[in-house]
Amino acid sequence: MSTNPSLRVTELSTRNVQLTKYVLRSGILVAFIALLIIFAFTAPYFATFENLRNVLRQVSVNTVVAVGMTFVIILAGIDLSVGAIVALIGSLAAGFLQAGYSLWLVLLLMVAIGAASGAINGYFVAYQGVPAFIVTLATMTIYRGLAFLRTGGYAIPIANDAFLGLGRGYLGPIPTPVVVMVVIIIIGHVILTMTKFGRHALAVGGNEEASRLSGVNVEVTKLLIYTMSGVLAGIAGILLAGRLGAGSANSGTGLELDAIAAVVLGGTDLMGGRGTITGTILGAFIIGIISNGLTLLNVEPFYQMVIKGCIILFAVWFNIYGHRKGAIG
Amino acid sequence: MRLENISKSFPGVRALSGVSMELKAGDVHALIGENGAGKSTLIKILSGAYIKDSGEIFIDGKKVEIGGPQHALQLGISVIYQELNLVPYLTVAENICLGTEPLRNKLGFIDRTEMLKRAKAPLEFIGVDIDPRALVADLSIAQRQMVEIAKAISHDCSILVMDEPTSSLTESETVKLFRVIETLRNRGVGIIYISHRLEEIFSMADRVTVLRDGELVGTLPISAVDKDKLVTMMVARKLSDYYTRDQVEASEAVLKIENLSDGKRLHGISLTVRRGEVVGLAGLVGSGRTELARCIFGIDAFVEGEVMVSGKPVRIGSPQEAITLGIGYVPEDRKKSGLILKMAVRENLSMARLNTRNGQTAELLSLGSFIRKRAEEALVEKYIEQLSIKTPSHRQNVAKLSGGNQQKIVLAKWLAIEPKILILDEPTRGIDVGAKAEIYALINECTKRGMGILMISSELPEILGMSDRVLVMSGGRIRGELAREEANQEKIMQLAI
Repeated sequence: MSTNPSLRVTELSTRNVQLTKYVLRSGILVAFIALLIIFAFTAPYFATFENLRNVLRQVSVNTVVAVGMTFVIILAGIDLSVGAIVALIGSLAAGFLQAGYSLWLVLLLMVAIGAASGAINGYFVAYQGVPAFIVTLATMTIYRGLAFLRTGGYAIPIANDAFLGLGRGYLGPIPTPVVVMVVIIIIGHVILTMTKFGRHALAVGGNEEASRLSGVNVEVTKLLIYTMSGVLAGIAGILLAGRLGAGSANSGTGLELDAIAAVVLGGTDLMGGRGTITGTILGAFIIGIISNGLTLLNVEPFYQMVIKGCIILFAVWFNIYGHRKGAIG
Repeated sequence: MRLENISKSFPGVRALSGVSMELKAGDVHALIGENGAGKSTLIKILSGAYIKDSGEIFIDGKKVEIGGPQHALQLGISVIYQELNLVPYLTVAENICLGTEPLRNKLGFIDRTEMLKRAKAPLEFIGVDIDPRALVADLSIAQRQMVEIAKAISHDCSILVMDEPTSSLTESETVKLFRVIETLRNRGVGIIYISHRLEEIFSMADRVTVLRDGELVGTLPISAVDKDKLVTMMVARKLSDYYTRDQVEASEAVLKIENLSDGKRLHGISLTVRRGEVVGLAGLVGSGRTELARCIFGIDAFVEGEVMVSGKPVRIGSPQEAITLGIGYVPEDRKKSGLILKMAVRENLSMARLNTRNGQTAELLSLGSFIRKRAEEALVEKYIEQLSIKTPSHRQNVAKLSGGNQQKIVLAKWLAIEPKILILDEPTRGIDVGAKAEIYALINECTKRGMGILMISSELPEILGMSDRVLVMSGGRIRGELAREEANQEKIMQLAI
């Protein structure tokens, strides 16, 4: 039906070709490399070890959230509450640490609260049939409201060095949040490509009815994916609070949009059924590089917002254009 | 209006070939034929939903090319489909004037008084008492149909096509509809009336056209035919050679259903499927066959009755439980509910097997939650070969395969769970003759391996050619059972209508 070269490549059909096909067709890898080259030549200090390490640290929070968002969008869903969960977890963690709770207990509690927040979303989406957009729009307000109730609008300082280390520290030469991010990326990729659960996510997103008739428990799959998104947002909240050195109800504002942008930039189909973690990583890195490069170029933050938006719009436009030519409607 | 030599093909099927018919002003012209005879395709060409491949259409002696739905309306052709096309949360008047709203000024403000007036006129004309300010969602099906008719009249239609208008009406509503049709006829509107109910056709049609397999059988004045003659025209044809059923000695019952009712569409269904047997389930569209299959497979619940698998009473609450019991279900619409079009052959084919309880089938496809890629690939390759599925590789996206190969993948998906009972819902719909023959061979093979098969089909030759026994459904009940030897098309149609 089409003479799109990337499609002809598919017929060669090996696993790697399949993966790269996604990436190539969305043009994301090209954009990523182009941005690296442009900034390396134009922005001072961009291509230094310290700066790139810094970029990685900055993107870690968004990437962790975006891994969860990838699964949600593969379901043809959306999770707008992740930024608020980040704020809620940061605020609660700071509060508990201030009250003298032990580090491990706090970490465990935060992951559990993240899971519960996500499970609430998942319950309403999967079992009550409320559209994901509405459910998570509502819980976004609720969770951020709870964060403000906890902090009273002030940042709660964190004094626990081990906790701060999660956001600021290093394991060898690598920043700790980057290590966490890599672990989560690997787990996410393995779940999506190698397990029944990942297969079910793609199946439910592709065709709910056919999945149900094939014995997939559609509701449980949805519930678990929203729960997972909540857990990852919780972990991101811990990393961010550690980096900021405080729990603030204002943190993570707009993070949900950055995560969605990363996922969509990465070629995951907003209509569900198709997506990769590898694409999402590239998407998140591109967003990070744009911010970093433009800052180094002394572009005013307000212009940065405009430029970032334009790049995302064009990349996604290109992606959709590629899909349309790609014969699969 | 005159149609000459209209043809239309879809990939793999010839839906209409060289059909001609003539509709006179003020005539009620019945169009009948089995499911899949080409009636819907023909009216979709008239409504502009499909573009014909060849042939000519004349309206008032002038040749026209219907370019799309808007154009059809301009030409005075209105079609009222079975599933009515009204916007539920707009008022009756808004629906009637949809797309042709009277404007108060150039800014696009709607003139509500004028709109109500315009809506009232056609409603009064057909003599129905419906408030044009009412919401369509609050109306009964019969009332909505009247609104559709009013809408058609307001478009000044000279040709009105009605697809099964009485299928969801009560008796008194039907009488009322006939009165309206009478009014339209007297006004000179040409009406094409599609119905499965032959009594209706005799009570109101002037002429009748019969289609079969996309071809015209004939057009006759209603006075020249009787019911038996029509049934013969609809179904008479030679059984093709490719229906070869190798019968297997049927043994014990694998599936037994007693007195099943779902409280809505199904009433007191009892049936038995034995090992090695193909039980054909015939009936018209809407007779409850698919609903029954969905109940057995645990998709929909039933309120009364008992299901026994291999002699043991079971409660099937979900497809997962059905699969665990060894039941497979090939649904009627493979694109909507059989396949995941965004996925490859491999993922589609292994989908059901992956969801069987471990240990139930010989080799395990997964270790814990992890999919064993090699075992999966081996399984998929085995079935690709066994069913000779034509695909470049198991990584091929299923959307790009032909209908026949897609259907084989759905079948393979269920064969992979090694089922005891296989429910096939329209197993050969929309696939070419070659692929059909292969699927029949496969059905024979399955019964030899001891599966019991319940096959729903609207194609009578298929039912007759492949079934060891035929059950005929109508109105949510089983109307009769025919042994292979005594079954023929006439007997089935008599029971089904």
